[in-house]
Amino acid sequence: MPDYETFQHDVLVIGSGGAGLRAAIEASAAGVSVGMVCKCLLGKAHTVMAEGGIAAALANVDDRDSWKVHFADTMRGGQYVNNWRMAELHAKEAPDRVRELEAWGAVFDRTKDGRILQRNFGGHKYPRLAHVGDRTGLEMIRTLQDHGVHQGIDVHMEICIVTLLKDGKRVIGAFGYDRERGRFKIYRAKAVVLATGGIGKAYKITSNSWDCTGDGHSLAYHAGAGLIDMEYIQFHPTGMVWPPSVRGMLVTEGVRGEGGILTNKDGKRFMFDFIPDNYKAQTADNEEEGWRYTQGDKNARRPPELLTRDHVARCIVREIKEGRGSPHGGVYLDIAWIKKKLSNAGEHIKRKLPSMYHQFKALGDIDITQEPMEVGPTTHYIMGGVQVDADTQMSDVPGLFAAGECAAGINGANRLGGNSLSDLVVFGKRAGEFAAKFAKENAHGEVDEAQIDGYAREALRPFENSAGENPYSVQRDLQEVMQHNVGIVRDEAEMLTALDHLKTFWERADRVGVIGHRDFNPGWHTALDLKNLLTVSEAVTRAALERKESRGAQFRDDYPDKDERFSKVSTIIRKAVDGSMEVQLEPLPEMPDYLKQIIEEMK
Amino acid sequence: MSAAIFRIWRGDAKGGAFEDYTTDVSEGMVVLDAVHEIQAKQANDLACRWNCKAGKCGSCSAEVNGMPKLMCMSRLSDLPLEKPVTIEPMKAFPIQKDLITDVSWNYRVKKKIRKFNPRPPDAADGTWRIAQEDIDRVQEFRKCIECFLCQDVCHVLRDHRKHDEFIGPRFLIYTAALEMHPLDTEDRLEELRKAHGIGYCNITKCCTKVCPENIQITDNGIIPLKERVVDDHYDPLGWIWKKLKR
Repeated sequence: MPDYETFQHDVLVIGSGGAGLRAAIEASAAGVSVGMVCKCLLGKAHTVMAEGGIAAALANVDDRDSWKVHFADTMRGGQYVNNWRMAELHAKEAPDRVRELEAWGAVFDRTKDGRILQRNFGGHKYPRLAHVGDRTGLEMIRTLQDHGVHQGIDVHMEICIVTLLKDGKRVIGAFGYDRERGRFKIYRAKAVVLATGGIGKAYKITSNSWDCTGDGHSLAYHAGAGLIDMEYIQFHPTGMVWPPSVRGMLVTEGVRGEGGILTNKDGKRFMFDFIPDNYKAQTADNEEEGWRYTQGDKNARRPPELLTRDHVARCIVREIKEGRGSPHGGVYLDIAWIKKKLSNAGEHIKRKLPSMYHQFKALGDIDITQEPMEVGPTTHYIMGGVQVDADTQMSDVPGLFAAGECAAGINGANRLGGNSLSDLVVFGKRAGEFAAKFAKENAHGEVDEAQIDGYAREALRPFENSAGENPYSVQRDLQEVMQHNVGIVRDEAEMLTALDHLKTFWERADRVGVIGHRDFNPGWHTALDLKNLLTVSEAVTRAALERKESRGAQFRDDYPDKDERFSKVSTIIRKAVDGSMEVQLEPLPEMPDYLKQIIEEMK
Repeated sequence: MSAAIFRIWRGDAKGGAFEDYTTDVSEGMVVLDAVHEIQAKQANDLACRWNCKAGKCGSCSAEVNGMPKLMCMSRLSDLPLEKPVTIEPMKAFPIQKDLITDVSWNYRVKKKIRKFNPRPPDAADGTWRIAQEDIDRVQEFRKCIECFLCQDVCHVLRDHRKHDEFIGPRFLIYTAALEMHPLDTEDRLEELRKAHGIGYCNITKCCTKVCPENIQITDNGIIPLKERVVDDHYDPLGWIWKKLKR
């Protein structure tokens, strides 16, 4: 066997965004040795892009808020197919996790009496999002990074993991390569935490960056773990649509939280026409009331622009499809109109939404204090992922934990804005805590050296085939198919076609070639990421086919309504013995009465 | 759609040269789009770092027509496309490959700066009370996306190579954010003066000019820090007081 550099940690964390950093900090604090592998440089992970805020029932702005309201909001937003225990833990623990960030140096915007300020967001009954302008994710990742580097964590930057290592049923480490030199590394660990984020790069129009290729989902699946709820992909209603080079770039929901409205080409505010029944009681029925809500009037109900993301995205798609869209195939998002209400509107917008102002000015030649933005849906987030135990975050593979976007359960069929940042720290902490505990109770496993040679040979195969197909072409074709056949509006025929395409993409991925050598070679990295992208794309498609109904983020043209038969089940994807992908329906855990009662009270 | 020539530096620590690539230019394109287009179609092994493509992560720093910039925020419509657009790696750090440099020095420097250490909480529930106006300045510094363009352009690092004696504008701003944080109790002034070399900065403001976040690095950060360091070190009454306190 060639001599691979080997590292040994008690706990290995794969991923360095909010969840990975929080897990690493917690595990380290528990007294075990911790290694953290980052695909990019430390502090650049996708958490940095989060804008609007972190949801936690601190009740600083409205003292009617509590964990119970947050819990009920999360379940309602998720169409009640969330894992109730995760939703409960999340609502209860988020406030402590936010206060802890402040103790570690985060500088949140303040209320007049000097406490952490909270803002309105879609689906949250009260102002609940602690924030820093519209760059909350940056504040969070920098705080965790700056705290974490003093905790004795070994940080391995720009490393890609190609497979998890197992000893019998247990995960005992990971095998990967460093991007700089292309050398293989073995990471032995008693417990492994996956915190790899999302899968947005499976789609053409996305707010996600290059590294969101579903690595954790794919690693867990190939190691034998179950993936649940993979059909639920959040298409954020407001991505930029023009110019082409920024298509999909996120426009924060904070714009609507601050009073921004959605209009069609006729200038009509269309969201008032489509308020779902289960939100009617808490949604404004006139524009004046909606405006008062955004300005903090506790007696007003929220404007329909702040309905859940799945619903707003579908309303926008309908406007566009029926010919009422904007010139570049979107609708208008208008915050400039508030100058009718506020004398200092321009300054107010720049202070509350500085990066949105900057982004449109620099990339789109639009001054959002003066004119409306053009927006349309963009692939943003996956609710589905590794099935984990709610309390410990361990998957059904011993020693393998998952937290953050790559884990599933908390969000059900649709995630509320702001619940992802809180998810990262609540369940990142839990994953770190229980991974450390597992590491203390178990010894290192045995690495199978022959197997490792096989993984290395497989990873190097594209170099033997320099005349093979360009890996970027396969990636691009995959993104087109997922965008068109497994997007916001789905039906069986299109998804079956997608499966046929996926089959040929697997074959093409097997034959790709790369040029050049192993030193920092993006062509090679793209070739190796294809396996992950194809695995998650197939999982999304198979799960979406299995759920023959429309619920939350899953909308089926051929089954446009909710179906009671699917109201208490999750789809679960597993690798079958013969290596094929199988999908089944699995009952959701039964919710205890005290939580049912809370949901009833909050209706 | 018109075409433009991109003159991109290709090579590694041993050496390299510029290579010309021609690619189509469409409305709204930024330099990073052109690099991606070339990477996908003509040079799969062209190395460049990027993540967010929205000016928020600070990964795609490079020198475009000689100016330190984020490639994702550099519009082609702002560049003279009748001439080739040159793209090369940052100069203050060792070359790894093509447009990628070894920025690990920055991470080592940060680790040496004493971490945030808050005063005891103000309220019984473990929270603090802070006025917004007391954190406006700190929030300005915390906008930093760690693109290291300020480090790249700073002549103390770029030309004089004082990496062992000077922490550079990024970490002066980082220290300023800690020193001006209303909750922090540490004193980093002595370190700033000695190990961190604040005296090397002669306020040419190059760092401020290249900051993609428009942080007033020199005026709002470095100059007030310099004043604090001077007050602390050369104030005779303060000096006696500190001696007595020990």
